[in-house]
Amino acid sequence: MMDFSYMRPASLEAAGAGLASGGTLLGGGTGLLDLARLGIAQPQAVIDLTRLPGLDRIEVTGTEARIGALIKMSRLAAHPAMRAALPAVGQSLLASASPQIRNMATIGGNLLQRTRCAYFRDASFGSCNRRNPGSGCAAIGGVTRGHALLGTSAHCIATHPGDLAVALVALDAVVETWSPDGPRALSIHDFFLAPGATPEKEFALASGDIVTGLRIPLAPAAQRARYVKLRDRASYEFAAASIAAGLSLTDDGRVADIRIALGGVATIPWRARAVEAALRGQRPTPAAIAAAAALAMREAEPQHDNRHKLALVPALIERTLTEMIGDAA
Amino acid sequence: MSPLDAPVKRGGAGDGLPVLGAALSRLDGVAKLEGSARFALDQPVEGLAHAVLARASIAAGRLLRIDTAAAEAAPGVLAVLTPQNTAPLAAASSWTGAAPARPHYRPLDAAIRHHGQQVAAVVAETLEQAAEAARLLVMHYEKAPAITGLDDPCAGDGTPIDMLSKSWGDAAAALEKAPVRLTLEYRTPREFNMPIEPHGLIAQWEGDELTLWEPSQWLDGMARTYAEWFGLRFDQVRIISPYIGGGFGSKALALPHGAIAALAARQLGRPVKLALTRSQTFTGLGGRPATRQVLELGATAGGRLLAIRQRGWNETSMDAVSVEPLGSVTGLMYALPHFDSRQNVVPVHTVQPGAKRAPGENPSAFGLESAIDELAHEVGQDPLALRLLNYAEHDHSSGKPWSTRKLREALAAGAVAFGWDRRDPTPRSMRDGHQLIGWGMAAGTYPVRRTAGEALVGILADGSVEVASSTADMGTGAHTILAQTAAEALGLPIGRVRVLLGDSRLPRAPVTGGSQMAGLMTGAVHKAALAAREALIELALSDPRSPLRGSGANTLRLEGGLLVAPDGAACDIPSVLQATGRARVEALRDTLAENRLKPEDHYRNFTTVSTMRAPTDGDYSMHSWCAHFVEVAVDEALQTIRLRRVVSAFDSGRLYNPKLAASQWKGGIIMGIGQALLEEGLVDHRHARLMNDNLGDYLLPTNADIPEIEVIDVGEPDPHASALGGKAVGELGIVGVAPAIANALFHATGKRLRSLPLTAHRLAEAG
Repeated sequence: MMDFSYMRPASLEAAGAGLASGGTLLGGGTGLLDLARLGIAQPQAVIDLTRLPGLDRIEVTGTEARIGALIKMSRLAAHPAMRAALPAVGQSLLASASPQIRNMATIGGNLLQRTRCAYFRDASFGSCNRRNPGSGCAAIGGVTRGHALLGTSAHCIATHPGDLAVALVALDAVVETWSPDGPRALSIHDFFLAPGATPEKEFALASGDIVTGLRIPLAPAAQRARYVKLRDRASYEFAAASIAAGLSLTDDGRVADIRIALGGVATIPWRARAVEAALRGQRPTPAAIAAAAALAMREAEPQHDNRHKLALVPALIERTLTEMIGDAA
Repeated sequence: MSPLDAPVKRGGAGDGLPVLGAALSRLDGVAKLEGSARFALDQPVEGLAHAVLARASIAAGRLLRIDTAAAEAAPGVLAVLTPQNTAPLAAASSWTGAAPARPHYRPLDAAIRHHGQQVAAVVAETLEQAAEAARLLVMHYEKAPAITGLDDPCAGDGTPIDMLSKSWGDAAAALEKAPVRLTLEYRTPREFNMPIEPHGLIAQWEGDELTLWEPSQWLDGMARTYAEWFGLRFDQVRIISPYIGGGFGSKALALPHGAIAALAARQLGRPVKLALTRSQTFTGLGGRPATRQVLELGATAGGRLLAIRQRGWNETSMDAVSVEPLGSVTGLMYALPHFDSRQNVVPVHTVQPGAKRAPGENPSAFGLESAIDELAHEVGQDPLALRLLNYAEHDHSSGKPWSTRKLREALAAGAVAFGWDRRDPTPRSMRDGHQLIGWGMAAGTYPVRRTAGEALVGILADGSVEVASSTADMGTGAHTILAQTAAEALGLPIGRVRVLLGDSRLPRAPVTGGSQMAGLMTGAVHKAALAAREALIELALSDPRSPLRGSGANTLRLEGGLLVAPDGAACDIPSVLQATGRARVEALRDTLAENRLKPEDHYRNFTTVSTMRAPTDGDYSMHSWCAHFVEVAVDEALQTIRLRRVVSAFDSGRLYNPKLAASQWKGGIIMGIGQALLEEGLVDHRHARLMNDNLGDYLLPTNADIPEIEVIDVGEPDPHASALGGKAVGELGIVGVAPAIANALFHATGKRLRSLPLTAHRLAEAG
């Protein structure tokens, strides 16, 4: 029997104390329980955050949306003001997991979701730099249909599995954390760490940090953003490729603001800056969109089984932008 | 002489209500919806200990030893079973009745033949304790090179299975001269049976009596295997399988985990529960093995088939021969003057393959029905017209006439309902925005298999009826159609009939597999019900205490629970039974004689498949038939394939319950959609191990993947196929679905995929 202690703190301070003494944070449990069953997570002390006060609010003001870390995925997806203000958030959530999981999983936990790399999830593979730093990567050269093409390193090619995180990266969200040193705000762009030489470090969190919420600024491009997810199975599958795209045009039809983030193809939710730069200030003609979209995978390093995504991602960008412009017209 | 044996001739065949053939809902449906249906693993058994399996992390080699000290010292642990400390069992004869090749059977074996093979079991007071202790086992191996699949250079060409060789005419010569000739290779991957109810059991010993609560498609066959393993008499083993939460062929045989649980229970003197985890369901038993087939078709320029030559290979495990007969339908569907088919099995380091819905017919039809579509394209013919051009008016394989074959009607009805005549034959010609639209069709078939069955029908003092048999209800509706059969035969409302199934102490039944159960068990129940009715009438006429004794009649009718004399005098069943001092009148009947068997074949008939009759055993060739029409939408740029609609027409003979038959057909179609587009065991060839051993990564279709499905019944009663006229239902629906989708994909895109599943990335790679 895997023995562990369980505490249900009533304050962030108490949770922080538990964390400082080696505890593992628990939200909805859909990630931690899964990994514990696989023997990947072996928490000694579980700190259940779900009764902490004040982290279960959704507020939409004229300038931003604020989302508490303990909000369930299903509740955020169904929130009327959020749906109106930032439709891509709800779209990404509804494309995630299953209704049962969305009813349990918290937004904070979802941000900290671990990779679905099968070599990471099976402890009988000795080589996994994410699990055992320095042990190698069993995935390279293996079954790699779902592995990353962007942001990989010689040490890890595990794909970031998130949907919401992709939308948040497109929306320039800010992650709010609490630690005994006080609250902190962190750009979403700094939050996820590409593996590089240290795949075991996945998030830019200090050891005492607890994610308490999100802020999403209501820029025009963000408010019109959408999320599109492609996969073989029509539901309940991780993305073959996904996109969160936001766009606003000037009065004379040029691209004023553009945000493109990609999921399913990179080690972290991937902001396609080169594509954005190629279109910003330009007229989004079909030729310009196609040329810009082609830049998305310029840096890609495919594996044996995922070369088909080299064409898939530009096609997804092109289709999504074209439809957004068509809908705006 | 008891009334049961009295040679009376009473009662008219026209008694009763039209219950059989009514579209009733499943009698067990509400209990399953409410969660009150208690499955085998839900049984409350006192003093349960829990077993968890530990598995090999190599695919080939030898387990040198297991360090068990830490596990044995863990809290709650009662025993750790390993190859080192577990004596072998006696080997059991096979499901066909063949004697074992070796004297012993080791469900925990130090010789490792596939990744994930069970090598130890930990038994503890709780499931969690057992699971945690199992993690503490340390295995030491001597690793050997593994053969990872059909494409492994070390796999070789395998072993020919002569039994599967079939030929007539001179295919080689005919192909040589054929004006049109195609050589095509088709492949299917490892596919797994993934029922929602886990495989597992509760094993309990009381002295030398072994009771097993275990989901079972074949209680008598599994009870025989356990008896042989443990050196018991058949009647010392009792299997109770109240319901089955999905089996699809995978719950018909006793498996290693069953032997391990029974061993642990005997060793501990306590009942032991063992359920496979989802991951272990991929390694504790096999599904459909990977297959490869090369078809050579010769035809006239007009598309008339001249010859087919087929070579097939399926993978099997290192220690057993499992056959997936790829020639099952190849020579059956069309008028074919020359045919030659051979098949090899290729041992690889994988778990022993099993049976998955329509083993043989399914991949066989994927090859043939894809190839026919390719031929149609080659000769510029409509695929439906080409099938009609080559329509087989009799079975060219056996030379016998069909019993019934409504395939032409199925093709016609499906085509009309689908609107096939509006199809533009040119590939890539139909579009809807970004979607390329493809219309494809294929035919399918499944044989009528027959084994004898046995049933007891009792008429009780309260006027109700009890039907009992050890046959299994896989969720297909056996409870319901057997109640309908008895109600019909006895002229009673179905609410008066109670059906007891799934207990090996009940009258015998053969395997619920090969889509034979409905046909044979309705026959047995019908026969037993008529005999019980005769016995009741005989009792009412002959017993001095019977109220109808003085009626002077020499026959009675049974109508609506009343025994009625010709002059109108009537008496209800309870009054007759009470007056005559009887608690019940019952009749046990079997259909051995109808299946040309003698009473001494009884045990063999029910515990092996050796008496199962081939579809051509008799004067006719007997099969069910179907035709599928599908529409796919393909977004090439976004690499997405979705099904838009399915129309399928079926000839399953007489339907005992059209609603349940339609559910079976649709279930087969849905499983076929998954097979066509999603299902695939992904093997890491460096390690000869499966990488997607969970339902997040081994993709089965969701509701969102399934379009509107229209099913059409074109069958008529087939008097040769079964006592009451039905033919195969359960496995028919899946046959032909995958090629219909592959053909639609070709029509949509102009690209031909010959390997399942038909994934978008394969389409993209096809250029």
